[in-house]
Amino acid sequence: MKERIERHLYDVVVIGAGGAGLRAAIEARLAGKRTAIISKSLFGKAHTVMAEGGAAAAMGNANSRDNWMVHFRDTMRGGKFLNNYRMAELHAKEAPERIWELETYGALFDRTPDGKISQRNFGGHEYPRLAHVGDRTGLELIRTLQQKIVSLQQEDFAETGNYESRIRVFSETTITELLLDGDRVAAAFGYYRESGELILLEAPAIVLATGGVGRSYKVTSNSWEYTGDGHALALRAGATLINMEFLQFHPTGMVWPPSVKGILVTESVRGDGGVLRNSDQKRFMFDYVPDVFRKQYADTEEEADRWYTDPDNNRRPPELLPRDEVARAINSEVKAGRGTKSGGVFLDVSTRMPAETITRRLPSMYHQFKELADVDITKEPMEVGPTCHYVMGGVEVDPDTAAAAGVVRGLFAAGEVSGGMHGSNRLGGNSLSDLLVFGKRAGEHASAYAESLDKRPKVRTADVEAAAGAALAPLHRESGENPYTLQQDLQAVMGDLVGIIRREGELTDALKRLHELKLRVANVGATGGRRYNPGWHLALDLRNMLVVSECTAKAALEREESRGGHTREDFPTMNPQWRKVNLVCSLDDMGEVHLERKPLPAMRPELLELFEYGELTKYMTDEELS
Amino acid sequence: MSRHFRVWRGDSSGGEIRDYDVDVNDGEVVLDIIHRIQATQAPDLACRWNCKAGKCGSCSMEINGKPRLGCMTRMSTFEESETVTITPLRAFPVIRDLVTDVSFNYTKARETPAFSPPEGLAPGEYRMQQIDVERSQEFRKCIECFLCQNTCHVVRDHEENKEAFSGPRSFIRAAELDMHPLDARSDRKEYAQANQGLGYCNITKCCSEVCPEHIKITDNAIIPLKERVVDRRYDPLVWLGRKIFRRDQLAEAPPAGVAPDAHLDVGEMLSTQSGGPSPFGDDQTFPLTDITYQHPAPGSPSREG
Ligand SMILES: Cc1cc2nc3c(=O)[nH]c(=O)nc-3n(C[C@H](O)[C@H](O)[C@H](O)COP(=O)(O)OP(=O)(O)OC[C@H]3O[C@@H](n4cnc5c(N)ncnc54)[C@H](O)[C@@H]3O)c2cc1C
Ligand code: SF4
Ligand code: SF4
Ligand code: FES
Repeated sequence: MKERIERHLYDVVVIGAGGAGLRAAIEARLAGKRTAIISKSLFGKAHTVMAEGGAAAAMGNANSRDNWMVHFRDTMRGGKFLNNYRMAELHAKEAPERIWELETYGALFDRTPDGKISQRNFGGHEYPRLAHVGDRTGLELIRTLQQKIVSLQQEDFAETGNYESRIRVFSETTITELLLDGDRVAAAFGYYRESGELILLEAPAIVLATGGVGRSYKVTSNSWEYTGDGHALALRAGATLINMEFLQFHPTGMVWPPSVKGILVTESVRGDGGVLRNSDQKRFMFDYVPDVFRKQYADTEEEADRWYTDPDNNRRPPELLPRDEVARAINSEVKAGRGTKSGGVFLDVSTRMPAETITRRLPSMYHQFKELADVDITKEPMEVGPTCHYVMGGVEVDPDTAAAAGVVRGLFAAGEVSGGMHGSNRLGGNSLSDLLVFGKRAGEHASAYAESLDKRPKVRTADVEAAAGAALAPLHRESGENPYTLQQDLQAVMGDLVGIIRREGELTDALKRLHELKLRVANVGATGGRRYNPGWHLALDLRNMLVVSECTAKAALEREESRGGHTREDFPTMNPQWRKVNLVCSLDDMGEVHLERKPLPAMRPELLELFEYGELTKYMTDEELS
Repeated sequence: MSRHFRVWRGDSSGGEIRDYDVDVNDGEVVLDIIHRIQATQAPDLACRWNCKAGKCGSCSMEINGKPRLGCMTRMSTFEESETVTITPLRAFPVIRDLVTDVSFNYTKARETPAFSPPEGLAPGEYRMQQIDVERSQEFRKCIECFLCQNTCHVVRDHEENKEAFSGPRSFIRAAELDMHPLDARSDRKEYAQANQGLGYCNITKCCSEVCPEHIKITDNAIIPLKERVVDRRYDPLVWLGRKIFRRDQLAEAPPAGVAPDAHLDVGEMLSTQSGGPSPFGDDQTFPLTDITYQHPAPGSPSREG
């Protein structure tokens, strides 16, 4: 039977409708390009909606000493100097404009007394820097962008009588393959989840904004969407991934009840005064301040407590250390037998501020614990532990244009799916601003690239047929293996063997098991028809989860040091030689993951000068500093 | 412990309630049960979800006839022996199992005029006081779960009203923009009245009752929208609202067909008639016309000034 495939022509196709994708699409449409937005979920439900704390931008509203240079410094420190310095620089410089722009789209951030955008404290940021709306900043961001797209569609409607004449949203549509014409992208191929019908979107420029990979872990704050699709699509199209060994485990996920394990407790709980205690009621974070951070963090409870009201004359509480430090500290306390029954530690606001302050400052946390765990956080402490949260690694891109590196042209990436910006560890709040800064850049440069071509790349029928065959294959293997079982097995391998603390033996073991899983995934089956069939959808996602997990395991085995989101028990310290190295993954002709060491771009001298010499010696080799 | 569940399975061509016995653990929510059914008994059971924390508004469904978020409905709220029945949202066409076609809501959102930025203010120059943004912020908490849309009897009972009636989700958007300190348009209320079918709403408050974000849709959005257009426009229900459902009396006078907790009746789901009984009786057409309308006396106080 000949398969019916719906075909569309666009100038720019944006895969992903989170912050990065929507911002890219807005820019492409403003550049006059016919733009499509694709999303696995409904419009406005992407992961960005879940971000709570805020978006980091050095607007200097709360402390006028803040500026892009301070933000740049914090970002590099957070990433342990493995960041692509140029991305960190662009991000710090452009974030304020991108936030202010949202106000012109109708966003309503919380305000300072003089009517500006209010900014809050967050781990790793020297000054209060996160623009926020209560603890639902991600919702405000995505809704604002969604409504901006609607407003552009209304303009198009006024002009052409058709809302979708220049920008169209394909919701509940999954892209399974990118098709190429030589080394140029030519189209995105996928299916409508609703009907199971196949779809081909031809476009000379494609922006990946598909988010992260956390679904490969047992305990995660990430939703079903985070199966690393964009990472895998990029690899298969000939692009490269960097920093895949770096995963951020958010220190404070809920640990009880079991069904909500992993769901996030926002960092603002700590920024606003919440403290971590072990089962002996000790505020243990003071024991875990690493040397590189001694100067910025308080060493007594008294000083730490004074900081909330007088940040200029006191050092910050160690609860606000970067996430990797806090996650490791909690992990150590639990391992040492000082954890709670459910394997976490206590996070307490109830003894720190009046109940009404808690319900006003942290409304959705109050709500979340009340409804999900039946815990009243104004009366008792929360139980928390580390949860897989964010992948620093991703598509290697050109910092200025967001174009993917490797052997493919016309492919761009922005947001969590891209790599480099956050180095080995992302600071809270730096993702939402990253989405806006690089989303815009990706949209702009994808449009410019599309403009520069004098003829459209062509799709080969054979490629389309192959993609259709691969997409429908699980449906023809009705007796194939259950995708849910496979997913659980994969999550067990990644959670147990490639988790927060890694060891050589376990990583080798993980690679062997991933190889076995690969054979089983090739034989996965789906019962039921094509209409909205989650079993089938998962069966297709598994392939992506697996290749991305393999990149993570391989890179984790290769990097023999501990840095940010990568901790090796057998190599427990940071090694300045490794700081100069990026681990780059690509696929070889046989479809196997190939790992390569490449030098990290060296920071420009005027940026180096923003740091004290003494600080740089902690990260860099002698020859770099001479 | 194994418990009994009934889940509607089917698609636009029809379907049936199927029985499942599923293990339930301490602290679980209804969405966990659906996931367990998917993983162990019915891999193709269709259901939307994303965040599992009440933030994305994807997992809307009807649980024992009440519109709810699956991820925010704890199993401990039911008796241990109670059978839990899970059905798709009633007001929207079924796609498959628990997934419905909610495009109605996106169509209405697209028709509502967007934020209109003030002239002469560059990005970064916007100044607003917290107290002034808070009113709109309440409505921006909306997670677009569409439970309010699903509950509102104007469309739940009456497919034919969908054309003219945009529903409570759209009303709070109109109210949000109306109260936005810097929105340049001044006709949000008139627009809601003339183009969104605000007049169909008879302030039953059912929408506010089901809103998981506890947005006071009726009190804080719909009534203020209605009140200020009243001098200029015919709206029998403002009159109705004032005469019969004074705000303070509303709690005592729930309309017929709606349970005392303002949820729609469970029996409705099983009734042969789509949408169950209307609170105003089944023979009503909207907008209600046979109501004597009295203009408010000149100078009579209006709550929202
Ligand atoms: C609970 C939580 C809280 C957070 N809090 C903060 C915070 O306070 N501050 C901060 O800065 N960051 C925060 N983050 C991180 C931040 O939210 C994410 O990194 C960011 O939203 C990612 O945005 P994105 O645009 O890259 O992708 P997403 O918003 O995840 O969007 C991905 C999009 O790609 C689509 N997609 C994926 N695969 C495919 C495919 N194959 N075909 C078609 N479409 C596809 C998805 O449907 C979706 O629309 C938080 C994250 C979580 C999970
Ligand atoms: S108050 Fe009643 S009639 Fe009005 S929108 Fe809400 S549910 Fe519908
Ligand atoms: S107003 Fe409330 S019920 Fe209605 S869509 Fe928004 S969150 Fe859901
Ligand atoms: S899954 Fe997001 S609201 Fe239930």
